[in-house]
Amino acid sequence: MKHLIIGAGPSGVIAAETLRKLQPEASVTIVGDEAEPPYSRMALPYLLIRKVGEEGTYLRKNAGHYDRLRIDVKRDRVTGVDTTGRKVQLAGGGALAYDKLLLATGSRPVSPPIPGMALPGIYPCWTLTDARHIARGAVPGAKVVLMGAGFIGCIILEALAKRGVDLTVVEMADRMVPRMMNNIAGNLIKRWCEEKGVHVHTSTRVVAIEPGTGGRRFAVRLDGGTVLAADLIISATGVKPNVEFLEGSGVKTDHGILIDRQMQTSNPDVYAAGDVAQGLDFSTGEYSVQAIQPTAADHGQLAARNMGGRRGAIHRGSVNMNVLDTLGLISSSFGLWMGAKDGESTELCDPGRYRYLNLQFEDDVLVGATSLGLTEHVGVLRGLIQTRTRLREWKDKLVKDPTRIMEAYLGSTQAVGFNAGLI
Amino acid sequence: MLRALKLEPEKCTGCLQCEMACSYENEQLFNPSKSRIKVFNFHDSGRFAPYTCTQCAEAWCLHSCPVEAIVINAKTGAKDVLEEVCVGCKVCTIACPFGTVNYNHDTGKVQKCDLCGGQPACAEACPTGAITYVDIDQTGLDRMRAHAQRSLGASA
Ligand SMILES: Cc1cc2nc3c(=O)[nH]c(=O)nc-3n(C[C@H](O)[C@H](O)[C@H](O)COP(=O)(O)OP(=O)(O)OC[C@H]3O[C@@H](n4cnc5c(N)ncnc54)[C@H](O)[C@@H]3O)c2cc1C
Ligand code: SF4
Ligand code: SF4
Repeated sequence: MKHLIIGAGPSGVIAAETLRKLQPEASVTIVGDEAEPPYSRMALPYLLIRKVGEEGTYLRKNAGHYDRLRIDVKRDRVTGVDTTGRKVQLAGGGALAYDKLLLATGSRPVSPPIPGMALPGIYPCWTLTDARHIARGAVPGAKVVLMGAGFIGCIILEALAKRGVDLTVVEMADRMVPRMMNNIAGNLIKRWCEEKGVHVHTSTRVVAIEPGTGGRRFAVRLDGGTVLAADLIISATGVKPNVEFLEGSGVKTDHGILIDRQMQTSNPDVYAAGDVAQGLDFSTGEYSVQAIQPTAADHGQLAARNMGGRRGAIHRGSVNMNVLDTLGLISSSFGLWMGAKDGESTELCDPGRYRYLNLQFEDDVLVGATSLGLTEHVGVLRGLIQTRTRLREWKDKLVKDPTRIMEAYLGSTQAVGFNAGLI
Repeated sequence: MLRALKLEPEKCTGCLQCEMACSYENEQLFNPSKSRIKVFNFHDSGRFAPYTCTQCAEAWCLHSCPVEAIVINAKTGAKDVLEEVCVGCKVCTIACPFGTVNYNHDTGKVQKCDLCGGQPACAEACPTGAITYVDIDQTGLDRMRAHAQRSLGASA
């Protein structure tokens, strides 16, 4: 059996390791187009603040890891897939045959259609190469403009601010992290960042980037007429799945690659996982690109179990969830944080202390949550959502006081009671 | 034979000796807020429940970590956080459905129960036997895990 995986991110690597476990004799090959050993994009912000070195971003720390598992990691770029002949074309010439193919090519940043975006010195923060460029330019006192305050933008924001740059963030939406936080939470994060010395423009667009004057590299023109001087511009305005190489392959795509609950694409020998795949969302029941690490890990493992297992594995859907640290203010959101149709909600808001907790229910089941300033036991929010635990009498107690979430969890899951029952 | 913590809430009197012992063992401080085991107080019913990581078989925390900072301890079977590898991204804290990995603001890393390398200080400190360190088949962990597996089917 020949397993071929395209993409050496977390999703591809976890799939390869799982395949090796399931099929000791199979051939397992990963083709990835980046120069470094497989690494984690998520670790880039921590590289920027020198919490880790480049090796600290590597997915596996043991140098001989892939050899030991007989996983062949090749560096090349796949330019096409021939699903009839079951082979892929490589940019470096030649082709590789497969019996089962996994597409784990992730996504890449999109550059907004703004005049001047092609000027040298404007970087996304997506790869190790990007991080090296940013590290060179983001020196103390440098004027940095960050375009986009979405999830990725906000993660980089923290790293940039910690490097001591003079930072301005420009976001089109009316708040920060608009796809992860509601209006109240998103604006509290904005106020917090401003108090920490970051300039934040929401409901604002960059309309043009021009060469700067007075020793500054760029002049960034905003739609209100303001012009910002900048030495470095970082663009975090969204990403899109890497699917172009599938043209002509017959593998169906929509926003990402379409997959079923066994991670199989429209072609029975081809699977997809991670940021490139449009997988089942636990909460909405719909198929969407979540583009988060835990989902990439889930997908990779599931895809492998279906490619190499004796019994298939059915995806029950991944809960969309994020945790963010903006200069010490920790926020998280889970599932239907924006609320369910005909659902109920409760919230506790203490803007002075930057505390916020919002719970969303469907009947007496927790279906979504948003928190600011909560770090203790935050995972039970996921636990309650994913187990669809009936909260019974705890629902009303939570509506009155959402901070009793941990008591409600213990009181209604019997996680502790299980032990107790066995004396 | 692997051993695990057996928690029996009905024996717990809420004295917090376990939290003290844990924080002292791990942080050299008598400070319950630094403890990796927590005693929850159900004010309404006057009950207490000690609670910590069950070292669950699914190890959601370990699989979600982007940099391999959580590993299985070969001797104890515990899922240990490698402090020097952890970048503090907190993804494990939202991935663990039991809420038992927590972020530590002081260190910028996460912390969770590691069974003290095989000699859990909480179990030694508990005066009522509400926390004991016993062979794994006595803990009910298998039942608990089966429960978790049934209801948390992301990859099941
Ligand atoms: C700065 C930053 C911070 C982040 N922080 C978080 C966070 O806190 N929490 C969270 O949940 N997520 C976070 N993410 C998102 C997370 O990193 C991704 O969800 C995850 O990397 C997805 O894994 P993947 O394996 O699907 O794709 P990727 O990691 O993108 O890996 C795909 C690989 O395939 C390669 N490839 C693409 N096309 C081809 C081809 N044709 N041939 C060969 N190789 C190809 C790519 O170059 C890449 O190396 C962050 C991302 C960034 C950039
Ligand atoms: S921290 Fe949570 S996910 Fe990790 S082993 Fe313990 S219970 Fe399991
Ligand atoms: S906080 Fe540390 S242990 Fe947890 S997922 Fe991130 S790097 Fe891994």
